[in-house]
Amino acid sequence: MTVALVLAALVAAAAVLLVAVPFLREPAPSEDTLPEPKDSGKRALALAEERDRALSALKELEFDHRTGKLSDADYRELVGAYRRRAAAALQGIEPAK
Amino acid sequence: MADLGRAALFVSLGLAVYATVVGGWAARTHKRRLSDSAGNALFAALGSTAVAAAVLLSALLRHDFSFVYVAQHTSTELPTGYSISAFWGGQEGSLLLWLLVLTAYASAAVLINRRRAPDLVAWSVPVLGGVAVFFAFMLVAVSSPFETQTAPIEGAGLNPSLQNPYMLAHPPLLYLGYVGLTVPFAFGMGALLAGRTDERWIVATRRWTLIAWTALGVGQLLGAHWAYVEVGWGGYYAWDPVENAALMPWLAATAFLHSVMIQEKRGMLKVWNVLLVILAFCLSLFGTFLTRSGVVNSIHSFTESPLGPWFLGFICVVTAGSLALVFWRLPLLRTKTRLESLVSREAAFLYNNLLLVALCLTILWGVAFPMLSELVRGETRTVGRPYYDFFLRTFGLPLLLLMGIGPLIAWRRASLRSLGRMFVWPAGIAVAVGVVLLALGAGSSTPGLVAYTFSAFVLATIVLEFVRGTRAVGSFTQLVGRNRRRYGGYIVHASVVLLALGIAGSGAYGSTAERKLSRGQSLSVAGYTLTYRSLSQQRSANHIALRAAVDVSRGDKLVARVQPGKNRYFAEQQVSNEMAIHTDWLRAEDVDVIADQINPGGAIYFKVLVKPLVNLIWVAGLVFLAGALVALWPDAREQRRLAARYALAS
Repeated sequence: MTVALVLAALVAAAAVLLVAVPFLREPAPSEDTLPEPKDSGKRALALAEERDRALSALKELEFDHRTGKLSDADYRELVGAYRRRAAAALQGIEPAK
Repeated sequence: MADLGRAALFVSLGLAVYATVVGGWAARTHKRRLSDSAGNALFAALGSTAVAAAVLLSALLRHDFSFVYVAQHTSTELPTGYSISAFWGGQEGSLLLWLLVLTAYASAAVLINRRRAPDLVAWSVPVLGGVAVFFAFMLVAVSSPFETQTAPIEGAGLNPSLQNPYMLAHPPLLYLGYVGLTVPFAFGMGALLAGRTDERWIVATRRWTLIAWTALGVGQLLGAHWAYVEVGWGGYYAWDPVENAALMPWLAATAFLHSVMIQEKRGMLKVWNVLLVILAFCLSLFGTFLTRSGVVNSIHSFTESPLGPWFLGFICVVTAGSLALVFWRLPLLRTKTRLESLVSREAAFLYNNLLLVALCLTILWGVAFPMLSELVRGETRTVGRPYYDFFLRTFGLPLLLLMGIGPLIAWRRASLRSLGRMFVWPAGIAVAVGVVLLALGAGSSTPGLVAYTFSAFVLATIVLEFVRGTRAVGSFTQLVGRNRRRYGGYIVHASVVLLALGIAGSGAYGSTAERKLSRGQSLSVAGYTLTYRSLSQQRSANHIALRAAVDVSRGDKLVARVQPGKNRYFAEQQVSNEMAIHTDWLRAEDVDVIADQINPGGAIYFKVLVKPLVNLIWVAGLVFLAGALVALWPDAREQRRLAARYALAS
């Protein structure tokens, strides 16, 4: 019983210590706010996602065309549209940063 | 030591409450250290739950019958392996395993994503903590594995059906699956709470979903094999409510893993994906509820317990809360992108999703129907195998076909000419296979013939996809390495084809014979003759084994001697059916022999089943695991791309 209680107290103490670590490590932090992305960061992220989607789409189009799934006409039409999208996203990212 | 276990669980509960309340407050007020502290509370909860688990495991291994749980689920004669599996063989132990796995998943997910998406993790911690609070509370206040008593001399032992090597892996894998679905749910809800509906929650949880889905899939196949070799009725899936309880979240997670690709590639289906994550998690809770509450009769479910109302209440709270959250964030989830064509890869994914969810919901209706009928009409009415088989055929066969059609269609749109070119070989092969099978007599079952033909179509598609892709890229390894998820997915599709062939073969083309035989008598089935020769008895450590010797012949040739029978377990005072299986590898079929009733005079009522292609189901499990591992394998290029993307937002 006593051994169990001592061990239980050790478990509880270790838990409290672990929970308190952020406060023990930085007793007086210069900055204590979560790194929340600013509006410009959110916009940059949205544009980066759009850029990655467009670049990935271009790769898919290329692959589908080479494997015969996409006709020449569809490929030409779609690839142009996605190149423009990728370019627009890339252009937008710079000012957003 | 029970006091240590109880205290450790109290600590876990306190830490989970801290993670929920303080974590929620920290996320709302953007306090970094407080948020880190709440995350650390989940790590600490893992530690204290591990201590509780170690106490229970130690008691099980020492056969310390002063623990009520140990006395109820083990005996001194129980082999060590099954003493370990008794950990999850009972209600309280399996709840403890839930909490242990949950805190482990939560800790790993928080640790890995903390730096990449701190705002998202800050809101996910209270959700993970909230789920942990529920399970820790159940263990502390409702169903504790640390109840003690004056130790009896001997324990009640473990249910004989659970004394099987599969029980060492099947339940833990199912738990890894069930509990793993908490991570995508928590991050999905975290994203909604934070008002950040970009792709980060999907990137953060994709791998976790895949791990949970793989564990659930492999766990179910192990369970099916356990049922086949151990339960002794000759089948592997009985549409038992508890079996269905594992299948439903797997189907929902399968739908999610497909539809999430549409969001990643096209930015579409944001609402649908969040709803699928909620559905998968609620179904995993529902599955646990079915197993633990005793509301359904099943060989898997535990006896009547006080857990039912608690679980039902928790499921209602989670469902209502998460749906309200989705409704609140609808404006953020709406997208402007639309499908470009109804004949495109993404459209095929959408049809696949609708079929998967329809199958999932019809199974849910079948499982819930007895409870609802009792609630409404005061009498329990169940739906049987014909109901499930009908919907499996109605939704499953089109799903199988779509697995072949989808990869042949280009993303975004496809012209009729391209489609014709892509379909000609797989469709030609499928038609040829169908005609040959029809000529060989497979037309005796239309669903079976359709399943075989569709399977040929899908396999041809998969092979062609690898061949065409290798030609386009120039190297097989480069092809797979550049898109592991796609080609891992194709391997998983191949496993589903093997599964379909196994189910169709053993179900639609199987044969059965039943007869009471005395020594020297025979029965015939599907070209086999089975002759009952003798009956023997052997004593083992914890049971007496009765075995009949049965000769299996084909024509004049003796192909095997099998020994079906029964085991009588002393401590448990139960009898188990021990089916004998002869596998004919050349004919690709099993002969299952069951000694259903053994009369005192030695006459035995035998049941014999011949199951063509049934072993493909187990092969499917290995192929499924291989495909899942290919899809799971880390992709360094993608990691670099994502790191560059998220550096922009910070």
